[in-house]
Amino acid sequence: MQQQDYVSQIHRCFRCGYCKFPTDYSSFNCPPYKRFRFDTYSTGGRLWLIYGWLKGEIEWSERLAEVLYTCTTCKNCTEQCPMRFAPDIVDWIVGARSDMVEKGRIPPRVAHFFESVYGYGNPLKLLRSDRAAWANGTKMYASGDEYLLYVGCLGSYDENGQKMARSLVDMLNAAGVSFGILGSDEECCGNEIYMLGEMGLFQNLVEKNNQKFKELGVKKIVAICPHGYNAMKNRYPALGASFEVYHYTQLLADLVKGKKLKPFQSKAKVTYQDPCFLGRYNNIYDEPRQILQSIPGVELMEMEKNRIDAFCCGGGSGNFIMDLLAGGEESPARVRIREAYATGADTLAVACPSCLTMFTDAVKSEDLEDKLAVKDISQIVKESLTAKKK
Amino acid sequence: MSDVYEALVKIVGKDYASNHHEERYFYGRDPGLMTPHEADCVVMPKTTEEVQEIVKLANKEKVPIVPKGAGLALTGLVIPLKGGIVIDMKRMDRILEVNEGARYVVVEGGVTHGALRDYLNKHHPNLRNSLPESPPITTIAANVVIHGQGRLTNQYGFNSDMVNGLEVVLPTGEVCKIGSCSVGPYWFSKGPPLPDLSGLFLGWLGTTGILTKVGLKLYPKKKIKDLEVLVTDKEDLIPDIIFKITHTEMVEDLAIWAQERPLMFRGNYHINIFLTADSEDELEMKRKMVYDSVQEYVDSKDAGFMTINLDMRRDFMDNPQKSMTAFADVRRGGGFEYAGPIIPMELYPECARKVAELAIKHRVVYGGSGRVIHGGHCMMFSFAYTFNRADLDEMGRARKALHEAAEFVADKGGVLWKPNIDEQKIMMERMDPNTLKLMTDIKKLLDPNGIMNPGNWEAK
Repeated sequence: MQQQDYVSQIHRCFRCGYCKFPTDYSSFNCPPYKRFRFDTYSTGGRLWLIYGWLKGEIEWSERLAEVLYTCTTCKNCTEQCPMRFAPDIVDWIVGARSDMVEKGRIPPRVAHFFESVYGYGNPLKLLRSDRAAWANGTKMYASGDEYLLYVGCLGSYDENGQKMARSLVDMLNAAGVSFGILGSDEECCGNEIYMLGEMGLFQNLVEKNNQKFKELGVKKIVAICPHGYNAMKNRYPALGASFEVYHYTQLLADLVKGKKLKPFQSKAKVTYQDPCFLGRYNNIYDEPRQILQSIPGVELMEMEKNRIDAFCCGGGSGNFIMDLLAGGEESPARVRIREAYATGADTLAVACPSCLTMFTDAVKSEDLEDKLAVKDISQIVKESLTAKKK
Repeated sequence: MSDVYEALVKIVGKDYASNHHEERYFYGRDPGLMTPHEADCVVMPKTTEEVQEIVKLANKEKVPIVPKGAGLALTGLVIPLKGGIVIDMKRMDRILEVNEGARYVVVEGGVTHGALRDYLNKHHPNLRNSLPESPPITTIAANVVIHGQGRLTNQYGFNSDMVNGLEVVLPTGEVCKIGSCSVGPYWFSKGPPLPDLSGLFLGWLGTTGILTKVGLKLYPKKKIKDLEVLVTDKEDLIPDIIFKITHTEMVEDLAIWAQERPLMFRGNYHINIFLTADSEDELEMKRKMVYDSVQEYVDSKDAGFMTINLDMRRDFMDNPQKSMTAFADVRRGGGFEYAGPIIPMELYPECARKVAELAIKHRVVYGGSGRVIHGGHCMMFSFAYTFNRADLDEMGRARKALHEAAEFVADKGGVLWKPNIDEQKIMMERMDPNTLKLMTDIKKLLDPNGIMNPGNWEAK
């Protein structure tokens, strides 16, 4: 689907509202609609407003841009829409964003996001030289290593993401995996840049990354972040990539299955958040659960809405930084924390640094810090191995 | 209107009131073919008290108000024809009570049919509501206000017949309870043995009050569901076939459909016969009775039971039926609308021919479907036409086809269901003058300032 195809297709939305729901219709599952509740913030509303904008019936406004950019591209709508164009919905939204980017009509927070990635190689506007500050001696990738560990922006700079990166590195080392990182040579993967519609910058990032991977002879990449995994799996090949890419949960699941990692004991009731870019985008639902279920003493308790029906944390499309959906009890992350807590779990397991960041904040806002721990899967595995040593 | 907006913010908070153009634009149109008209403000109350405050404000300022559920009637019934405030009711989303023994539920005015279906599945698996085939976002209150129908309509009538009580904010702001809930805690009857005042609100398209609570009858949910599809190419036989099948009283739902796409369906009339039972024996007994009832037509080769593949079976058994919504995009145009008159069964053949004739005349694609109501006393016949939302000419042709269909059926003695404002005129022109006067007097009495969904049910 070419980006601009949306112009000739977008009128096809009937605004039937299926896009608002999960499969069982139990509650609303579109993050911005759940948060704002005006129909304009649902997928149908958004598509109708874009069509109105294309027809000249709606002028650009900050509100219109906000409506467009509060979509987290979680893909719930794609799963639920009954129409044949369902697989194209996210492309239409991205296409409209791309148009707004070209016309310079984007919210200031989105512009800031682009400027940061363009200037600093990350959306947090932190120094490139500090990208590997978390690494603590982690080996740099060298020719002959089996995997390049692609850490991503949140894994490199965000406090929670860094913890995730460190524990994953420990797990890979413990299992004897041959890998290395790029350190300060690593650059943003571009997934959010694509979703936000800055196609020029996205192409630039992909070409730079592809070139770097080629020069280093990278054959296999393991990504910490599902967003990066998605971009490299589904977007990079069209721009010349020729490497295999895995999400870290796929690798950990193999290591556990192959007895390279032997989780010992952990007494925890754990519920799991399917990240959108792992689940709905790439159909990876089982591996994270297999890892958790391999840990003796871990009881996996599913939230009512799971797998294709998982409710997004609200962090997609750069919202883990821009936070256009924040505020109030109905912010997606807070809603999801309440759903996680309702399972009776004491731990919410995540497999995405964006989810980790969103939920770490939300659990505080919900005053559930002492009752529900938010941990990445690699952290949970690491704790179970540590328990063995003790 | 800025004063009105500020006042709305005071009532519901700034997050739930808008005078932005985006909301005024979107809430000023529906997916059908009626001309849009923008709202001045959109507001989303959470409580009955907030609805009351909004109505009082509208009276004070003489501003129109339009209560809205999902806006899926397709006939422009929630387009604010004279501007004003659109009240999106979907934040009033609590399921308040299920009385399992008396088989009823009490819900707030914005609860969706989808949410109720899920709630019953999880908490009262032996009970069900009459789910319409419209998308699950359809609200229960809006559906009964327009006399909607659902999967249990053949057995129990219009969904509005299933109402067991109402809480209504009157056009002047008072809250009024209707039915048994007006004299005690139970919601088991909307009227009898009291005078049935629910008729002041059901079918009035939001012109006489705002439903803030609805009591709704629930029904036994059988353990087994199955489907048979009887096909004939002779539309003249349909009334008698339906008469014979409904005589058995064994069928949950009866839906008749004919469409020209895909081509394999062209020229045939399909009767979906939904069967439910608590045991295989019961199911087989019902199936046999249905078979026996139409055997003469099978023997004469005028009709036969169709083999249904798995995908088709799944589609038909789905409730709400997603594929029905997908009809809008059958030609990649994203639009369809239907005129859905209520007719006696005997008019089916003429309507079936007319829907196809108008499609040819106006060069649009049709679907003609019917749903038997309450054991065959009448049926809803849908003259459905698709249109391409990006093709103004085709939209105009579809509009003409629908208008001609409405006039045709009205002339034959049918009654237009959820009529758009033009169709309301068609009905009022044909209505007994004293009936029309009674309607007008009632409306004036209840809504002295004429603020409730103005433009609808307005005699000259």
